[in-house]
Amino acid sequence: MSDLHPHGTDAGHPHPSSVHDAHDAHDAPHLHVSLRGYATGFLLSVLLTAIPFWLVMAKVLPNSNTTALVVLGFAVVQIVVHMVYFLHLDAKSEGGWNMLALIFTVILVVIMLAGSLWVMHHLNSNMMPMSPHEIRNLP
Amino acid sequence: MSDAITMPGAAASSNTPVFLDLAGKHHPENGTLLGFWIYLMSDCLIFACLFAAYGVLGRSYAAGPSGAELFDLPLVAVNTGLLLFSSITYGIAMIAMQARSKRGVLVWLAITGLLGAGFIGLELYEFSHLIHEGAGPQRSAFLTAFFALVGTHGLHVSFGIIWLLVLMSQVGRHGLTAANQRRLFCLSMFWHFLDVVWIGVFTFVYLMGVLP
Repeated sequence: MSDLHPHGTDAGHPHPSSVHDAHDAHDAPHLHVSLRGYATGFLLSVLLTAIPFWLVMAKVLPNSNTTALVVLGFAVVQIVVHMVYFLHLDAKSEGGWNMLALIFTVILVVIMLAGSLWVMHHLNSNMMPMSPHEIRNLP
Repeated sequence: MSDAITMPGAAASSNTPVFLDLAGKHHPENGTLLGFWIYLMSDCLIFACLFAAYGVLGRSYAAGPSGAELFDLPLVAVNTGLLLFSSITYGIAMIAMQARSKRGVLVWLAITGLLGAGFIGLELYEFSHLIHEGAGPQRSAFLTAFFALVGTHGLHVSFGIIWLLVLMSQVGRHGLTAANQRRLFCLSMFWHFLDVVWIGVFTFVYLMGVLP
């Protein structure tokens, strides 16, 4: 093994420049962004922002629960649009680790949000009812 | 044992070292960007907690003013527009970076910073207006949760503007070096991430808050 080592290092050196180039490529991320992608994302975002504002401000839908659901739906779509067109997220970026971290976070967030709202809603509905007058005179 | 001896001998006779995975396909291409993305995901959890707090307390008015009485939707729409425009101007700065145009990067970063500052200015105006009306964070659980969530987002944008100014001076002094490009990418992710959080804020807090 000891007489093999010099051979290995000698053979390793013929391409120092290519190794260095690879290192430089590591330093400067070469992600190709295009005006077309940003413009598409921007137009979609404007549309997906304007419609919910219009729905709420012009009181288009009679039922506020329906409006809330529709508005939430638009928000989810717009978040996906931002992730794809502005954050350049796809299954291949960073060897898939970006997407894995995102999925993990989304699972945590869903558990946390849904759990909090569910538990606290039950807690609230089991409380004694209080009138606004009583609330105002709390100690 | 005989295998262990013959294998190095074979490698030495061919005299060419074998490099596996030269293209680096099985490694993240850039550790910094992945690390920054994981930071953003942890930041996402902070915001999720604040959203959960607002979701739980958002209708606990303590006989105080409700969101429908307080929120000024046209102002929020202008704010949303400012942040959205700052996202596209940052994108144009990134395109200028790709074209190696230092001047373009600086100009578009400056416009992005101004739009961000406009956003913060309008938010501070809204906050001072609310506090002046007696609807400060100590008025009700709803307002505590509101100020915590929207204030945290505003703080993030403020720090983003400071980062942007520092980066502008870095680019101005050292040009578009590899390190500066990496920093510009990180700030780009941070800035777009804040826009994503704002989508949640204007939908969940403002739009759903004014619904009866």
